Amino acid sequence: MDDIKRKYVIPGDVITTGPYRAEENVHLHGDKIIATTVGISEIFDSGVRVIPLAGMYIPRIDDFIIGIVKSHTSLSWELNINSCYAGILPAQDVFGRDFNPKVDDLTSRLKTGDLIAARVANSDRSRDPLITIADRDLGKIEEGELIKISPSKVPRLIGKRGSMIQTIESATKAIITIGQNGFVVVSSEEPEGLLKAMEAIKMVEEQAHVPNLTERIQQMLGSNSE
Amino acid sequence: MGVKKTDIVLLDDKGIRCDGRKINEPRRIMIKAGVLKNANGSAYIEFGENKILAGVFGPRDVHPKHLANTDRGILRCRYHMQPFSVGERKNPAPSRREIEISKVIKEALEPAVMLENFPRTVVDVFIEILQADGGSRCAALDAAAVALADAGIPMRDMVSACAAGKVADTIVLDINNEEDQEGQADMPVAYMPNLGKVTLIQLDGVLSPQEYEKCVNTALEGCKIVYEVQKKALQEKFFGDSQ
Repeated sequence: MDDIKRKYVIPGDVITTGPYRAEENVHLHGDKIIATTVGISEIFDSGVRVIPLAGMYIPRIDDFIIGIVKSHTSLSWELNINSCYAGILPAQDVFGRDFNPKVDDLTSRLKTGDLIAARVANSDRSRDPLITIADRDLGKIEEGELIKISPSKVPRLIGKRGSMIQTIESATKAIITIGQNGFVVVSSEEPEGLLKAMEAIKMVEEQAHVPNLTERIQQMLGSNSE
Repeated sequence: MGVKKTDIVLLDDKGIRCDGRKINEPRRIMIKAGVLKNANGSAYIEFGENKILAGVFGPRDVHPKHLANTDRGILRCRYHMQPFSVGERKNPAPSRREIEISKVIKEALEPAVMLENFPRTVVDVFIEILQADGGSRCAALDAAAVALADAGIPMRDMVSACAAGKVADTIVLDINNEEDQEGQADMPVAYMPNLGKVTLIQLDGVLSPQEYEKCVNTALEGCKIVYEVQKKALQEKFFGDSQ
């Protein structure tokens, strides 16, 4: 980890010059590699990328996301996935291959406002992203509180190898489901644990750039339980 | 145009302008990023006596749908002056001047914003002039660029704008309202400082080729000063004291 050089950047900042590969959120201008968004730049091996601190969720194939049902047609549901594009969930995914739009009523399975855990099946920006729930652990979320955080702060909420989320879950006994799109569902049998977990998630979002955040969260959760 | 006879001394013998500045000195600039909760990105700028708010939405669905572009996003921009922004009440309906400025700001931002990443969407930029004092299109552009960066919209570079002009036969930086009314020329310039590209240049008045060159260079120096302020505003919002 020590050989990664990190730096705070804003759009237009020249991160480095030389034979590097331009990866996410950077662009190549001559031999300069320039940041395109506010964030933290990383130079690793031969690549350069910027981890954004602001911005919208861009769907990527295989991302685990949480969607809110917005509306439906006779063949599919339209989901709010916190992106500039609406997610499309085809009815066959829920009803199976013998789905018949004349007989099956889509609202009998998912209504407007329902939350679903899903995966991005296909996304190429020329069409609205295709969402699927045909996998293990995917489907309608029956209970829990929805929190919206900035999608750029999702990696911080998960932490290194899940350290942050494990800290919060074990201290509050809540179950936290994080979508890559910045929608987070918290459920718990104890209302107190639920409130504490929500507070911790909001704190992570507000202080995402502060070092030693896991320790701070531990302190906050620890002092609350005393 | 020629020099007009007025009561104001635009430039005295010591090279001091009507508001006490030197010829190469810009007005006081203050920018704050992220001032509005409901917009995706926002910025507030005080540029001399100019007070301007900019809010950015997007990328989001285009309405009306026929405006959408299938291979890239579109940028929409509205520059609007509040009725109380000038001495005499301004009719809030968009005037000829506001429509023009909306267009030039949009065209000055377009080269910087990477709209090709977001086909079928729109980025909306709303600019409200709360108080106007000459050079408001430059100040509006500066605020809009910070608001776009605050919204996390990918940009090739920041856009920094500053005006220069000719007052009492001298090229000066950052024209204020009096100098704009009584001066001989006014040239707003917008510039992408890291790419070294000009995205807006307008000229109102008459300049000789030598004066023109000097005026452009003076304005570019101003843009670089503005860029530092924009940078500071974004760093303050995102990195706080952890820098």
